[in-house]
Amino acid sequence: MSIYLYILTMALTTYLIRVLPLTIFRKPIKSRFLRSFLHYVPYACLTAMTFPAILSSTASIISGAAALAVAVFLAYRGKSLIVVALSSSAAVLVTEFVMSFL
Amino acid sequence: MTWNEYKNGVHTGLPVGLGYFSVSFGFGAMAAAQGIKALDAALISITNLTSAGQFAGLTLIVAAATLWEMVLTQLVINSRYALMSLALSQRMGEKIGFLPRLIIAFFNTDEIFALAMARKEPLTLPFMLGLGTLPLIGWTGGTLFGALAGSALPQDIRAALGVMLYGMFIAIVVPPAKEDRPVLAAVVLALVFSCLFTYVPGLKEVSAGISIVVCTVAAAGICAALFPIKDEEDEA
Repeated sequence: MSIYLYILTMALTTYLIRVLPLTIFRKPIKSRFLRSFLHYVPYACLTAMTFPAILSSTASIISGAAALAVAVFLAYRGKSLIVVALSSSAAVLVTEFVMSFL
Repeated sequence: MTWNEYKNGVHTGLPVGLGYFSVSFGFGAMAAAQGIKALDAALISITNLTSAGQFAGLTLIVAAATLWEMVLTQLVINSRYALMSLALSQRMGEKIGFLPRLIIAFFNTDEIFALAMARKEPLTLPFMLGLGTLPLIGWTGGTLFGALAGSALPQDIRAALGVMLYGMFIAIVVPPAKEDRPVLAAVVLALVFSCLFTYVPGLKEVSAGISIVVCTVAAAGICAALFPIKDEEDEA
């Protein structure tokens, strides 16, 4: 299948999600369950995508684990998005560099 | 007045634009590593402007999934934007008409939404356009550079750059999970489900897109039933 068909499908779906509530549904959601569900969705979704995939995303599970540990630690300490992202990347490079001598 | 509003928006959006550039560099590098052309990767970014959805979408493209799987995955992963658009819609009030809303909707990412909601002055179309300008340029440009540099870089460096996207997700999830027990519960549940789908025979044959959807719906559904949010609480 053409990649452009995929990109069009992705873009259209994402745009409709964003545009419909802004244009048609101007009233707030009434259902407490639905509002609660939507509240938890980003956290559940980002977590499911990150773990355990991060462990197998690099050359070895050790450098993947290092990236995870560094990111969780810095995020827990309240560091900004960009610092956390760059540091986890650096953790992979440093770990793999060190491991190449072992 | 209008020009000032636009400039204010651009200033407010600057840090987000910089952040997006570096993170989407990782997305570009990851896309290149999976055989996507640099311009196609940039096209994904300029038309979608979303991190998690694109990341999952990339997985589905590489796995040659069906278009329905793509629609379902985007619906679930990006359903949070519906909530944000609802909140933004309330915040903008009656003054902003139908056509401006069609444009503003495109820029509604997690970070832009947060900045728009935090503004004390009323929201205007020029301000929202300014707010979205640098993030869109940063996100698309970063993807393009990441994909171009990515194909020239050795595999281990590309993998290291790709990890940045995970780093950003962790930076979004950990602080609220630290403050709020129910969010922590959602995170732990999603973690457990995700591991089941990765390691348990039978479950691990389920496609990546579907398993993300199932993990998300299950974890968020259980938490919504067990820990409903307070009535007047802002879900953002």
